[in-house]
Amino acid sequence: MTSAEDNAAAPPSFYHSKGKFRGILSWVLSTDHKRIGIMYLLAILTFFIVGVTLGILMRLNLIAPGKFISERTYNSLFTVHGVIQIFLFIIPGIPASLGNFFLPILIGAKDVAFPRINLMSWWFYMIGGVLVLMSVFIGGGAPDTGWTFYPPYSIRTTANISLALFGVIILGFSSIFTGLNFITTIHQLRAPGMTFFRMPLFIWALYATAWTQAIATPVLALTLMLIILERFFAIGFFEPLLGGDPLLYEHMFWIYSHPAVYIMILPAMGVVTEIFPVFSRRTIFGYRAIAFSSLAIAFFGYLVWGHHMFTSGMSDISRIVFSLITFMVAVPTGVKVFSWLSTLYKGSIRLDSPLLFSLSFIFLFSIAGLTGLTIGTLSLNLYLHGTYFIVGHFHYTMFGGAAFGFFAGIHYWFPKMTGRMFNEKAAKVAWATMFIGFNVLYFTMFILGLQGMPRRYFQYLPQFRTNHIISTIGSWILAAGLIIMFWNLIRAIFKGAKAPMNPWGGTTLEWQIPSPPPAENFETIPIIEHGPYKYD
Amino acid sequence: MTRNNKANDTAIAHHVNYATAKMGMWIFLFTELLFFGGMFLLYSVFRSKYAAEFHTSADELNIYFGTANTVILLTSSTTMALSIALVRKGERRLSMLFQLLTIVLGLVFLGNKYIEWGAHIRAGIYPHSPGLDLMGRGKIIFFSLYYVMTGIHGLHVLVGICVILGMLFFTAKGIVHQGDFVKLENTGLYWHFVDIIWIYLFPLFYLIT
Repeated sequence: MTSAEDNAAAPPSFYHSKGKFRGILSWVLSTDHKRIGIMYLLAILTFFIVGVTLGILMRLNLIAPGKFISERTYNSLFTVHGVIQIFLFIIPGIPASLGNFFLPILIGAKDVAFPRINLMSWWFYMIGGVLVLMSVFIGGGAPDTGWTFYPPYSIRTTANISLALFGVIILGFSSIFTGLNFITTIHQLRAPGMTFFRMPLFIWALYATAWTQAIATPVLALTLMLIILERFFAIGFFEPLLGGDPLLYEHMFWIYSHPAVYIMILPAMGVVTEIFPVFSRRTIFGYRAIAFSSLAIAFFGYLVWGHHMFTSGMSDISRIVFSLITFMVAVPTGVKVFSWLSTLYKGSIRLDSPLLFSLSFIFLFSIAGLTGLTIGTLSLNLYLHGTYFIVGHFHYTMFGGAAFGFFAGIHYWFPKMTGRMFNEKAAKVAWATMFIGFNVLYFTMFILGLQGMPRRYFQYLPQFRTNHIISTIGSWILAAGLIIMFWNLIRAIFKGAKAPMNPWGGTTLEWQIPSPPPAENFETIPIIEHGPYKYD
Repeated sequence: MTRNNKANDTAIAHHVNYATAKMGMWIFLFTELLFFGGMFLLYSVFRSKYAAEFHTSADELNIYFGTANTVILLTSSTTMALSIALVRKGERRLSMLFQLLTIVLGLVFLGNKYIEWGAHIRAGIYPHSPGLDLMGRGKIIFFSLYYVMTGIHGLHVLVGICVILGMLFFTAKGIVHQGDFVKLENTGLYWHFVDIIWIYLFPLFYLIT
């Protein structure tokens, strides 16, 4: 494909190509999807570290309630921790950073469909993030409602809810525009010969995610805006004293926020789907099954919001139907898990850090999925609702699933994004530490939940003490693992060995261009003649 | 294996640009529809809960203002469509005239809304007003819905006016012309969408007496 001439005049990488602006402006005003992806990645990981710090403080309180942190601060801690990790880390997470960087490359395009809207999304993200953080420090105090902002408390509290909500609404617009951009890009900008069924499966996952972002987020924006109006003008939609109904808020909130769970997990599933074939040297098992299961998960994800409200007051019929549809989500998820395992079967496996993260993704996400069935069962839910069992479950999904998938992707694509290799041994140590710390921290929560420890409580009865201490120790191990991982990656940026074009032996398009890629991605748009995973 | 036909590429790029812009706009309108959809959902829940009070409250809205605004917005949709047709025919100046007309009609719509809201507020009917709080829950919710839904719709009209103003500038500068009018066409789609929302708001608030 490349001639000697092409090699002689290799274009500079996108870090060095000259654009309209210089210095910092060449980043914050760049419409290059790769620069925007890197900016997202840095911002998202920074917010993640803030969120983790708040989480560690919460755990710190729980080994000796009241000693380090007051009740009110504790309420703010779990609220802001949730808001940051959900809206600033895990929802934009993979699509906005890795997706932005690799979506156009993986389909053989030079950029996304609307590069300027892409930049605007990043600005919206930053503005929203700053507003959320500002709400902690100014006005009536940090939000203390929990990240779900349930009325009537969110209407009546004197804490600084409106600003935080306004920030989240802006973040929502950022998310909508990213989704809109990705859908259009995937439809319109695929390279010649790149049919839908020749797309890498990461793109299928991003496609399903993008639709979910576009369809669900407007409802959230509206609902949160109504809470702001409720606070300023007392419009009464969710205020029982004025004829409104707080339960209506819960419905409208979860109509968005349950699909949002799939915005978080689908891209991570897409990432590990890219990794398994490369590190087992085998073509993916069940390409179409995985592609369609992404769409099926996105579709069913819309119809299960009621399982968050089993104890809120709904008719038995609705609860049974919601419980049934919740079980049905497990089917496409199972299809994916078995396809991944079948891909590994009889492969020649290279146990490098991206694969380790991906394998632990399967392990942790399976626990998350199975406990999801436990609490999706109506009778068990009545007992477990609002306990630490729920906290354990969604941390296994969000952290063990989405975040471990994210880390897998960061390690997998790090050489391509930075042009440097990280220290593999340190990466493995970091992974092992995090994996152990994670399970100590969150598995304990399942036990606490079964014993009856309610979530969001500042204080607890003496019988829960041992488990709380174990859990907190887990949080320290996990933090140590994160520190090793970030230290290893940051060090690699400055001191890592130069990365070759294709360090892992991948067959998708990003491995056929230099590391880091040139500004235009491809000198000539490739013509695609076969599927993405081609191993003998 | 590679293709590097520059002329061919530009032709394709132009075609993709048009289709891409249109697709992006349709998806955006879809998200807008869902945004308003949330409000229509609230409306339907509360109307089934307070059917009788909605019925009597709607009586207090001025049907003449509502009808006038419906006519105005429908007419503005026509002028908008005409301005696009004219650009496609190469009549740039005439198209600008119709864009201006659309803006004026949009402003008249907002002016009407201002007078209408003003009258209600003077009569002491607005969220959390001492008068309204005494009138029963159904009425409180009806008027809250009225203010929120027509308010957010009005905001969309205002945004539309600003965008058409931008298009006026683009048409004058020759950025929008016979060969490349997708920006104006997308603005038209948005304007028609805002119009359609009003077509639903009008009967739901004014005609249910």
